[in-house]
Amino acid sequence: MLTKRIIPCLDIKDGRTVKGVNFVELRDAGDPVQLGRIYAEQGADELVFLDITATVEKRKTLVELVTKVAQTVNIPFTVGGGISSVDDVKALLQAGADKISVNSSAVKNPDIIDEMAAEFGSQCIVVAIDTKNLDGVDFVHTHGGRKPTIKVTQEWAKEVMERGAGEILLTSMDHDGTKAGFANDITSEISSALSIPVIASGGAGNMQHFRDVFTAGKADAALAASIFHFKEIPIPALKAYLKKEGVPIRI
Amino acid sequence: MKVAVIKYNAGNVRSVLYAMERLGADAELTDDWETIRKADKVIFPGQGEAATAMKYLKARKLDELIKSLQQPFLGICLGLQLLCDYSEEKDTSCLGIFPIQVKKFPAREKVPHIGWNLLENPADTPLLKEIGDEPYAYYVHSYYAELHPEYTIAKTHYMLDFSALLHRDNFYAMQAHPEKSSVTGDRILKNFLAL
Repeated sequence: MLTKRIIPCLDIKDGRTVKGVNFVELRDAGDPVQLGRIYAEQGADELVFLDITATVEKRKTLVELVTKVAQTVNIPFTVGGGISSVDDVKALLQAGADKISVNSSAVKNPDIIDEMAAEFGSQCIVVAIDTKNLDGVDFVHTHGGRKPTIKVTQEWAKEVMERGAGEILLTSMDHDGTKAGFANDITSEISSALSIPVIASGGAGNMQHFRDVFTAGKADAALAASIFHFKEIPIPALKAYLKKEGVPIRI
Repeated sequence: MKVAVIKYNAGNVRSVLYAMERLGADAELTDDWETIRKADKVIFPGQGEAATAMKYLKARKLDELIKSLQQPFLGICLGLQLLCDYSEEKDTSCLGIFPIQVKKFPAREKVPHIGWNLLENPADTPLLKEIGDEPYAYYVHSYYAELHPEYTIAKTHYMLDFSALLHRDNFYAMQAHPEKSSVTGDRILKNFLAL
């Protein structure tokens, strides 16, 4: 049976992890390669590296990092953050990334989804969507959720699938950072309406939240950052819990 | 130990090379006939589309070379599909090592089949020794090889049962990505290198 995926997300700046991490096993808490390896050993199903570097040196540093991760880690990983062209994607995939994710650049120029999917195949194109509810309507936001757009989230999700996205990473800005649980309603709505997997993100605070997003939220995968980094929820304990709760999970 | 990784227009080859490096094998990406023929082991990776891949292989006569190889040979993902008789993907005639049809998953559930799934009923064969009680592997594919009574050595279930691994003579093939399948994948690759 196909299992639900648990995905830790690492924020990267200038080749280093940004948010503090609290791992005694780590000699260098800022080293994304070591952190990725530890997560893989603990049973993470995939990894996401989100690059927030804003300098011109960005691409070179990121490609170097992706190469090191690919050499070290034996599970799939996605790279996102500021990717806006077919050339960006090519460099990252050639360095060993399994998938890339696009967000603001796809909103600005939706045709790049078609171009990237045609060139590299849908299986490696993840479209990240940041959504926020305004007066009862879900709108796509960009720039880390700060800028609202006129796109309705459910419509945009369908459009990116039709343009060739292989997966959707759906982050609820209303839930992100609250630790009050994932946005199960909109996740379920989009996951049921689409024929591609949906990764839920934003709001994970305890193990029940993961169970709920996989059952009520119908998510195919769940992504979180700080609760894993600070060991509030160790991955092996989370997976054991989910298995006990009847969620199909890889142990 | 020299491992030739066949170079053709397929994605995801870098990860296979890195996995070989981690396991201490000397792997080279090549489309040179002699290098491939002389290698101790040959890996046929894959990700992409069947018709384009077959066209590329035929143009370089790599199809004939592959069929003539005698050393342990491992097809991965699209590599498995290309070793079968025929693929529904763009109505493609393939290499025919395995007398098996490759079909598209029905649209009842999400396609592609992406994620970790169980290798079931593993045969008692050197490639699959010590893979544990619940061996999970990482899949990304929209087409699957049907089961074969003789050549299927493990199956996986997604909507239906399909061939997870195949074996005939020196030819082995795996639909999932061993290079991305954590300890299970490492074990299978190690077993392959030890054949």
